[in-house]
Amino acid sequence: MHLLEPRPQPSRKMRWLAPVYAIGLTLISGALLFTALHKNPFHALYMFFIQPLTTGYGWSELLVKASPQILIAQGLAVGFRARVYNIGAEGQLIVGAIFGGGVAIMTDGSSAAWILPVMVLAGAIGGALWGALAAWLKTQFNAEETLTTLMLTYIASLLLAWLVNGPWRDPAGQNFPQSIMFGDAASFPVLLAGSRVNASLFITLAVVALFQLLISKSFLAYQIEVAGQAPAAARYAGFSQKKAIWLGLCLSGLTAGLAGVGEVAGPVGQLNLNISPGYGFSAIIVAWLGRLHPLGMVLSGLLMALIYLGGEAAQVSLQLPAAMTGLFQGMLLFFLLAADAFINNRFRRRKPATRFA
Amino acid sequence: MTVAQLIPVFAAAIGAATPLMLAGLGELVAERTGVLNLGVEGMMLIGAIAGFACAVDSGLGAWAGLGAGAVAGALASLLFAVPALSLAANQPACGLALTIFGVGFSAFVGQGYVSDSLPGMQPWAVPWLSALPGAGPVLFRQAPVVYAALLLFGAVWWVLARTRTGLILRAVGESPESAHAIGYPVLLIRYGAVMFGGAMAGLGGAYLSTVYTPLWAQNMTAGRGWIAIALVVFASWKPGRLLIGAFLFGGVTILQFHAQTLGWTVPVQLLAALPYLATVVVLVVISRDKRLLQLNLPASLGKGFLPD
Repeated sequence: MHLLEPRPQPSRKMRWLAPVYAIGLTLISGALLFTALHKNPFHALYMFFIQPLTTGYGWSELLVKASPQILIAQGLAVGFRARVYNIGAEGQLIVGAIFGGGVAIMTDGSSAAWILPVMVLAGAIGGALWGALAAWLKTQFNAEETLTTLMLTYIASLLLAWLVNGPWRDPAGQNFPQSIMFGDAASFPVLLAGSRVNASLFITLAVVALFQLLISKSFLAYQIEVAGQAPAAARYAGFSQKKAIWLGLCLSGLTAGLAGVGEVAGPVGQLNLNISPGYGFSAIIVAWLGRLHPLGMVLSGLLMALIYLGGEAAQVSLQLPAAMTGLFQGMLLFFLLAADAFINNRFRRRKPATRFA
Repeated sequence: MTVAQLIPVFAAAIGAATPLMLAGLGELVAERTGVLNLGVEGMMLIGAIAGFACAVDSGLGAWAGLGAGAVAGALASLLFAVPALSLAANQPACGLALTIFGVGFSAFVGQGYVSDSLPGMQPWAVPWLSALPGAGPVLFRQAPVVYAALLLFGAVWWVLARTRTGLILRAVGESPESAHAIGYPVLLIRYGAVMFGGAMAGLGGAYLSTVYTPLWAQNMTAGRGWIAIALVVFASWKPGRLLIGAFLFGGVTILQFHAQTLGWTVPVQLLAALPYLATVVVLVVISRDKRLLQLNLPASLGKGFLPD
């Protein structure tokens, strides 16, 4: 049962190899799973991971699904670096969507050019507020952010359910729990005709560039990291752990809120109960798999988008439920965490017999 | 509002409290040995679908489902235990992975069971006691599994507080290094506690799908696993307080179904948010006194242990 012993020094190589091992092990487990479901594993893996990318539309959908996850992961990574575990980005996404969508609903009928920018701003504020709530509960009352962010996610989704069932329900929507469809002034313009790729992609790209700059150039990023890894040392050096908590939760809330607006003013086009297939949760995996590095998370975000895409494709081509996506996500995270254990540790080696005379 | 109107509300609260009590107690035991498993929600869902599938397919009824749920929950907990204990990986992250996996796995397996239903479990009126005014219909006309859960709760409480086994469990949680030095198999004990936690969470999930609702719906646990984790903090790692917390939250959970009887006109979605709101409030109240929290917190909670 005792498998590991500490390495004399953490392995840098393993830090970047761990995601590769995790992906490999996930694919092997996937093949075994498909075999158990009486599917030809090679055919099934091809249909899941490659076939969706054989068309231009498939690639455009990959971008549509990757963009929000990459965006959320950027913010989450700031918190994770400071060991602030925000696992309620899904809730911050929803509140961002409510704030942004609220602007769209209240300005319905107008074609003013300021509507979309205001929606983006409102979404960012909404998400950041929801994150800030958890930061306040943590810094003021010491309440664990893992639990509070998650509880706030349930509250956010019920808030959304109330809005689309009540005050914001589309009067012409035959009682479906959904708002009106947003007009052109309240939607991101589509970039590629015939696809769902829209201008919200630029927000993601800008945020990636900004965070890349932040971690490579700023002293602030360093402070955050120290505050997370060695709170006592950070206090001694005058860096505040409270600041790290506020920053971590507000920034991740902000990016999640932006992602929420991107969805409702993009592919979804309205407020309803299916504005996110769990991007707030999958972004956690994106962040870890991408090693909390802005560019690494672009790659892992694309992979996670492919898993979503594959899950949808498997429904049609393999008659398997879309829940396959969740299975693959869970396996990937397990294998990644297991592989990560080998950064600081290695397999136990048989110790030479020592004798005391 | 009359007393007669309140009796079904209180009786339902006890039914709603049972899964929280079971899952919370399992997590409490695991945390007492120093292991923080955030996978309760996932284990409950896996237990719920395993229990439901077993009860439907075998035709043996709710009891068989409950057994299957417990076994499935214990097996699922191994997915957490291997990386988190044997590899000393990040415990909160491993628990989260288990929850993500459990949500996906249960939805995957449950696809074929969405339209099935089960008869549930008939309440059993305890002779003589159930005739007591007030307390009788509230406490003694429950499904038999509720009494069984309470007995189980009492047994675990006794083991934890009064026996040598309980002492060893707590010692491992306070200082795995010392326990290891004395010669106790720390990892083995933690594996046992985590699997016990998994079995209890699975049992709680199976109770929901075979007795309480009784049907299968995707994500049917609706955050009860997370509330159970919060209840352990609320209880300051003490079983007695966990029991009180579970009943309180059971009550809050069912308010939305009785709002009409009680004459409330608040939208149902906002009432449904009450348990989550209450969880936040409770966490705030309990956690604000850092020193008191530290006093009860198992000292090694969440920290991996690699023996040399």
